[in-house]
Amino acid sequence: VHNGGLYKRPFNEAFEETPMLVAVLTYVGYGVLTLFGYLRDFMRQWKIEKCQNATEREEQKDFVPLYQDFENFYNRNLYMRIRDSWNRPICSVPGAKVDMMERVSHDYNWTFTYTGRVIKDIINMGSYNYLGFAQKAGTCQEAAAKVLSQYGAGVCSTRQEMGNLDKHEELEELVARFLGVESAMAYGMGFATNSMNITCESSSNKYPASWGCLILSDELNHASLVLGARLSGATIRIFKHNNMQSLEKLLKDAIVHGQPRTRRPWKKILILVEGIYSMEGSIVRLPEVIALKKKYKSYLYLDEAHSIGALGPSGRGVVEYFGLSPEDVDVMMGTFTKSFGAAGGYIGGKKELIDYLRTYSHSAVYATSLSPPVVEQIITSMKCIMGEDGTTVGKARVQQLAENTRYFRRRLKEMGFIIYGNEDSPVVPLMLYMPAKIGAFGREMLKRNIGVVVVGFPATPIIESRARFCLSAAHTKEMLDTVSGLL
Amino acid sequence: VQEKEELIEEWQPEPLVPPVPKDHPALNYNIVSGPPTHIITVNGKECVNFASFNFLGLLDNEKVKSAAQASLKKYGVGTCGPRGFYGTFDVHLELEERLAKFMRTEEAIIYSYGFATIASAIPAYSKRGDIVFVDEAACFAIQKGLQASRSNIKLFKHNDMADLERLLKEQETEDQKNPRKARVTRRFIVVEGLYVNTGDICPLPELIKLKYKYKVRIFLEESLSFGVLGQHGRGITEHFGINIDDIDLISANMENSLASIGGFCCGRSFIIDHQRLSGQGYCFSASLPPLLAAAAIEALNIMEDNPDIFQTLRAKCERIHKALQGISGLKVVGESFSPALHLQLEESCGSRENDVKLLKRVVDYCMNSGIALTQARYLEKEEKCLPPPSIRIVITVEQTEQELDKAASLLKEAAQSVLN
Repeated sequence: VHNGGLYKRPFNEAFEETPMLVAVLTYVGYGVLTLFGYLRDFMRQWKIEKCQNATEREEQKDFVPLYQDFENFYNRNLYMRIRDSWNRPICSVPGAKVDMMERVSHDYNWTFTYTGRVIKDIINMGSYNYLGFAQKAGTCQEAAAKVLSQYGAGVCSTRQEMGNLDKHEELEELVARFLGVESAMAYGMGFATNSMNITCESSSNKYPASWGCLILSDELNHASLVLGARLSGATIRIFKHNNMQSLEKLLKDAIVHGQPRTRRPWKKILILVEGIYSMEGSIVRLPEVIALKKKYKSYLYLDEAHSIGALGPSGRGVVEYFGLSPEDVDVMMGTFTKSFGAAGGYIGGKKELIDYLRTYSHSAVYATSLSPPVVEQIITSMKCIMGEDGTTVGKARVQQLAENTRYFRRRLKEMGFIIYGNEDSPVVPLMLYMPAKIGAFGREMLKRNIGVVVVGFPATPIIESRARFCLSAAHTKEMLDTVSGLL
Repeated sequence: VQEKEELIEEWQPEPLVPPVPKDHPALNYNIVSGPPTHIITVNGKECVNFASFNFLGLLDNEKVKSAAQASLKKYGVGTCGPRGFYGTFDVHLELEERLAKFMRTEEAIIYSYGFATIASAIPAYSKRGDIVFVDEAACFAIQKGLQASRSNIKLFKHNDMADLERLLKEQETEDQKNPRKARVTRRFIVVEGLYVNTGDICPLPELIKLKYKYKVRIFLEESLSFGVLGQHGRGITEHFGINIDDIDLISANMENSLASIGGFCCGRSFIIDHQRLSGQGYCFSASLPPLLAAAAIEALNIMEDNPDIFQTLRAKCERIHKALQGISGLKVVGESFSPALHLQLEESCGSRENDVKLLKRVVDYCMNSGIALTQARYLEKEEKCLPPPSIRIVITVEQTEQELDKAASLLKEAAQSVLN
């Protein structure tokens, strides 16, 4: 840790190096798969093996091909083999236990048929249900049902035209209170919140494009942040994941040398980080980032998609976890999908910022506003977490999640698995490395009635495939014991 | 090192966002209390709703609401995950099947946000180096999709097939100079069925001819025409009687006629299946809440069972289109059967700001007398071809003939008192 003095609590993160033997074996595994891939493509081309892909229309065969053969190589030959680990359809609430529709494939995953049977009570270690608000009964669901019967499901208009309901104003005021900021604005989709609003933060009064603005983005930022940064047109520089020396060097260079060709000073610098990184399970080094930000006078955009509700003694996110003040973060962004069991995203900050977003955000002008029952779910669950509904259910859930996290991580470490990430992060990646293990792990766990998520290339580096567990306050100790036992 | 320290000390950044003047027209939203249905309470006043895109009146339909309630009791509200990781519910699969069957295509794919649908679909196919011919009046979501795709964009004049053919011919001569490059450069035409910004229809039969002549693929955005045009509401392909396989990709959002949230793309499996791995808004975002998917399925059922509502809607559109002709100072922009029209000033008073203020006074006059209207909102600095300021008029099946006539006469009065 670079500046230990800034931290009020221990910060334990570990990313074990990949053992050399494992790395070699993994490369060999991928090499074999690639060879086989070429062989089968060859057989398909010479019609020795039947081609199962959908193909272009006869009338359009002389058009320029829509996909390049090489783009689809990975898709056809590696992804198809283990395709049954993803897109598993479920037919119940995505709570701690879930019912899955059984599907089989008679042609090696090219097509699936549903047998009609339902596999019941699979322990769900894959859904982002951190505080267990995905429920089909209870105060949240009842409130949402009432609002649904009063307001209907859709809105049919944008925020700036006729889609701004009183419910939206109520929600935004509540979000601002929850985060401890001056003002907030809510959007219908978390992905779109990032991709459509970074432009606003890096815009300039004089010029339409973001000339003269610099964005410093973490190596492992989510696709929505990357897309938002690209769409803004500002210059993007990447710093090593969670590495404060790398960030400081970039900041120093930017201020001292200015813009690349003209040497004029940058108009402003925006740092993009996430609260918890979902593929690594690491938590951003927020005290150091804020210290750097203050020293170099830049702005901070914090994406708390996974950390809001999941970290901090009262669920207020990574800012509370480190004991810092929300005023130090210029733009606090988050989503309602994970801890609140609803859908959508928000941005919180100073009043000038939110006023600007209300006027110039792409989503406010062109996209439909949030659906009323979803808004009600967010309002009820947020009030529950804040304790404003008069019970301590919210606080209990936050504590349960923290306990579950510590317990599960400790158990897995004791059993000798390689776990990435921070000790307190409810996202637990378990390293698998070998391509063969990815598919096998997913299938074997399903046979034992546990649903897990496995991720490989391209979401992770090619030799670091992993299984990712998402803990939830709804998981009981027995469930966690079952899972770790079966591992 | 000393110098560097000084530079760091001296540098002052601009404020994060420029301040917004308090009286900016877009800053103060109308507040709607209660559901935004046929009779709407805006800023405390009860009005007839001529501003929400609720074309088929399904927003407060009881059957739709009860289907959504049943789904709420079974699944809760959110899906807590993207489609790849336990976020695929049987309702999503059912909705995709029903949409594909309704539009008579092989496959359909659902997105959880209408804006993200076309903005994710275009970059999935068109990459750096490819060429896209797009109409000038394309909506903002298409523009963002094109920007994200980093392809070469060629704008052609709105609905001008001669201009498009000229661009295509120019491209052909370019290709002959460099045939190797031409063999791997994909070309696309992106058009809308009914344009949101102008209310007119695209000449699809001529586009199909151009498609086969110059070997270009067509992406059709049908947000406004799905559930409006055609005998059964299947959109512009049914309206013109075109084989749906001739269109490579149809994208629409479910936020207008279907009165739900989200969007979908439909077409042949060869094309749609690609988005399941490379559509950014599909792979990296949580899936649509099941209650909204159930509402959309029920809305589809209603559309299939009552095909005469489309005819009723068109008749109402014709009626008000005729009634709004001849208002001094305002002109109607849009086809006679389009349910979303624009009313623009016949003569601008010099600056856009003043035009907007003038139209606001017309809108306020109507709102005070019980007709809810809104101005069409745009991001002035970011649109490629900014449309002139206008009042948006939306026609729904729920509006009665008296209400349509009242709206027309109120607008005449407002124009008289404000513009003269």
